[in-house]
Amino acid sequence: MATAFDNAMKQTDFKEDGNAPFVAVENVHKSFGIHKVLNGINLSVNRGETLAVLGRSGTGKSVLLRLIIGLETPDSGLVRIHNQDIAGLPLDRMGEIRKKMGFLFQHAAVYDSLTVAGNVSFPLEHHRKEMSRPERADRVKQLLAEVGMEGDLEKMPSNISGGMQKRVGLARALALDPEILLLDEPTAGLDPISSGEIDDLILKLQRERQMASIVVTHDLYSARTIANRLALLDHGNVIIEGNFEDLQQSDIGFVKEFLK
Amino acid sequence: MNDRGLQVNAGAIQTLPGQRSERMLAVASSIAKPDEGVFEWFGSLGIFAWRVLRAAVTPPYEWRELVRQLDEVGSKSFPLVAMAGAAVGVVISLEARYSLSRFGAKSMFPSTLVYSVIQVMGPIITGLVVSGRVGAGIGAELASMKVTEQIDAIEASAINPYRLLAATRILACILMLPLLTLAADACGLLTGWFAQALVEPLSFHQFIQSGFKGATFNAFLPPTFKTAVYGLIIGLIACFQGMRTRGGAEGVGRAATNSVVLGSLFLILADVVLVKFILVVFP
Repeated sequence: MATAFDNAMKQTDFKEDGNAPFVAVENVHKSFGIHKVLNGINLSVNRGETLAVLGRSGTGKSVLLRLIIGLETPDSGLVRIHNQDIAGLPLDRMGEIRKKMGFLFQHAAVYDSLTVAGNVSFPLEHHRKEMSRPERADRVKQLLAEVGMEGDLEKMPSNISGGMQKRVGLARALALDPEILLLDEPTAGLDPISSGEIDDLILKLQRERQMASIVVTHDLYSARTIANRLALLDHGNVIIEGNFEDLQQSDIGFVKEFLK
Repeated sequence: MNDRGLQVNAGAIQTLPGQRSERMLAVASSIAKPDEGVFEWFGSLGIFAWRVLRAAVTPPYEWRELVRQLDEVGSKSFPLVAMAGAAVGVVISLEARYSLSRFGAKSMFPSTLVYSVIQVMGPIITGLVVSGRVGAGIGAELASMKVTEQIDAIEASAINPYRLLAATRILACILMLPLLTLAADACGLLTGWFAQALVEPLSFHQFIQSGFKGATFNAFLPPTFKTAVYGLIIGLIACFQGMRTRGGAEGVGRAATNSVVLGSLFLILADVVLVKFILVVFP
């Protein structure tokens, strides 16, 4: 009789379905203690598409991203990456799926014991062992040039600004050429110029790489700029999904309040 | 933990002897997370240990990080361990000379010093010193990484943090503790002899010959290599406390403190078991 572990192992054998969305969240519930964060949420994102997830603080936007990359497990419901259910996968098997994903954390989460170059090189050292040291160094330079940080290779994270740390986090997220990019508040805490630069960068990357992206943000302007679709969360569920005009034309009180 | 710990201690003043076991459970619970019982803590530790073991024995192996940790645990603890060993050697020398003189057994001094340092004090002092330095360091470092989401970032980068962070640190502690114990023993014997030689002339050659007379490997190797178990305890507890931290700077402080307190406590308890085990298996 096959065990749950065996089934999980089988499920990770990638057989990509061309029609399936890159990311699908199906009826997912998630609670922390008595606090219900997500309440049967449904979302999907296809190749080349950017979905912005909006909502008030504490509505579970970041939890949603953590569920998608497997840092949290749903209480019920399915999270599918390339049509594969990722719930309950062992860490190493989940790693195979994560290699196809990039994650920018809200506070960048750069490794403070490594230089800027070391941070970006970190995933390459572990997963691109076939690369020679000069090849890896070139790739790191190229990634940092993409985010406008080519002149700060040897700086330590403590010596650069929050916006620069976000750029380093983004370069690190892009290091393994992900097919899916998850961005948790990429412009939070940044000045308008830096926010605009990050937005431009995300747009440029989308054009060039055709990734499926999910961007969690409070920044309506940013969401409107970078996303094809917007989803507004309230009480752990999507109350409206569509483009910015769809949201503007909505009669739902919360949507009007949020856009105001 | 501090707040809870204070509450528990304040309550203990008023409790009756019959309530002692409940009190001990309460103290133990205060070391675990605020919402976690002592049995749950041991359960979580067991699951953590299993994950680390599984990660440690399956490739890819993190050789570079292991070498870095061997240096961090071994070379950087050496001066402290050597000083502690040296101090213990002098103390035992002073105490032993006085006691042996009282019983007219001064000729037993070299073997008393050798056996005391190598079998008893060297291992435990090394364990406690490393628990303080390395345990706190690992606990605080991993806790800081945890609260700043760096461990999540490692996991999100498809790297197993149990393999990269925990297995390497625990293995480094296991491998380095016996070597550091040898260093502490050597320093203890040297200073113990020196303290004796200042009072009564005794050549080092004579001291060593007399001290190790009739000694077998069984008398010295098990006490030295039992410190590998201390290393396992120190590394495992510090990694466990660090990697499950919550709550910002307060959580980091709590993890560092708990790593040292629990590491030292379990190390001493393990010593009781190991001493009995060695006496039975290597009579």
